[in-house]
Amino acid sequence: MSFSTVMQQLMSGMISTISIFLLTLLFSMPLGLAVAFGRMAKFKPLQWLMKLYISVMRGTPLMLQLLVVYFGPYYVFGISLSGYSVFAATIIGFSVNYAAYFAEIYRSGIESIPAGQYEAAKVLGYSKVQTFFKIIFPQMVKRVLPPVTNEVITLVKDTSLSFVLAYAEMFTIAKQISARETSVMPLFVAGIFYYIFNLVVAMIMGQLEKRLSYYK
Amino acid sequence: MNLLEISNLKKSFENLDVLHDISLSVKEGEVVAIIGPSGSGKSTLLRCATMLETMDGGSLTYLGEAAVTSDEAGRACYAPAKQLKKIQGYFGLVFQNFNLFPHYSVMKNLTDAPIHIQKRQKEEVYAKAKELLVKMGLGDKADYYPCQLSGGQQQRVAIARALALNPSILFFDEPTSALDPELTGEILKVIRQLAEEKMTMVIVTHEMAFARDVADRVIFMDGGYIIEEGDPREVIENPKEERTRQFLARFSS
Repeated sequence: MSFSTVMQQLMSGMISTISIFLLTLLFSMPLGLAVAFGRMAKFKPLQWLMKLYISVMRGTPLMLQLLVVYFGPYYVFGISLSGYSVFAATIIGFSVNYAAYFAEIYRSGIESIPAGQYEAAKVLGYSKVQTFFKIIFPQMVKRVLPPVTNEVITLVKDTSLSFVLAYAEMFTIAKQISARETSVMPLFVAGIFYYIFNLVVAMIMGQLEKRLSYYK
Repeated sequence: MNLLEISNLKKSFENLDVLHDISLSVKEGEVVAIIGPSGSGKSTLLRCATMLETMDGGSLTYLGEAAVTSDEAGRACYAPAKQLKKIQGYFGLVFQNFNLFPHYSVMKNLTDAPIHIQKRQKEEVYAKAKELLVKMGLGDKADYYPCQLSGGQQQRVAIARALALNPSILFFDEPTSALDPELTGEILKVIRQLAEEKMTMVIVTHEMAFARDVADRVIFMDGGYIIEEGDPREVIENPKEERTRQFLARFSS
């Protein structure tokens, strides 16, 4: 089997991988902020709930979480959802998992902003919401960029876990071809793809960091 | 009418009484210096006056408008949020650590609140900000970021930022304590200039000579009490109270 045929077959898988990646970021990043707020809330029950959520998401395998998200509604609750696809389950699974990690990164960023910034904003008349979005959030983004980059890079590789739901992303397809053709070449190509994908991600994040380096 | 009126202010942190029954009034155009050892409650007094800390008891009034009134038991009752927001605009505060917004340019530090909080005209705000920067000797620094400036320059930006909101009274919380003697001079010069222009100011400071020369009144605090207050020369050079003498002995060289 030639290299170009392998590439062709992997191509659709690559698109799926990229879709999982982008959609997961799209949902998990804002969700993480909401979880971080809950985790820092003065209302204790909400704080405990978010602590438990983060603890479960970080403490159990993502692969298992994907299985639970897909099979849970039917096998645990007996609900059969029409139109509930493997793809939807994959996105939900990844998003809720990554939101937990992002929440803790955001929290560390928010808590690292000196109290003086809040006090200066209060004396100048900024409301709490204005203070957060104008003063705290932009500084938080700069501070959390390196750990967020780590998570984003991990996510690129973690997309391969959706093979447990037999979702046809690149790794699943590469494994299938590899088994059929008894060749490691497809897996090797997949590896190269993940690596290049991550090079691009690292480059973009590096650029972002550079753009925010105009202040300390 | 007094611009600022604080009466019977009480404040404690977890059973530790930091301020006992402090009363203080400031007239328009008056410069009041508050001196005293660390932990005497000077900064807490300023933080209560600027509503960064909540008072436990007593009342707080700006320009005849009550921010805090005390009930029969002497407990502090805060005015509704709308009233407090209005009163917030009457005063400005300059911090020891400047607390400029690092991600905003000098110009944006000065103009963001006047434009977005006070909803003033952009042209007018920018003109005023430029004027303030020139006055602070920072006319060429409008596009700089705080991290590109020296401590003295940052503190002057912070003063300009507070003034850009046209406050009636300006508080300074140890404005030179984070600066070396040379930069301290820069800041004191600016404050002196504001005093000459009859800006109402309350300054917590460890600069005794400055307090003596610039203030209309000096207040010496210790252990959460006002021990002595009066004419700067009297209090600093010829204190009546033994505790004031002890404290000032370390400064008179």
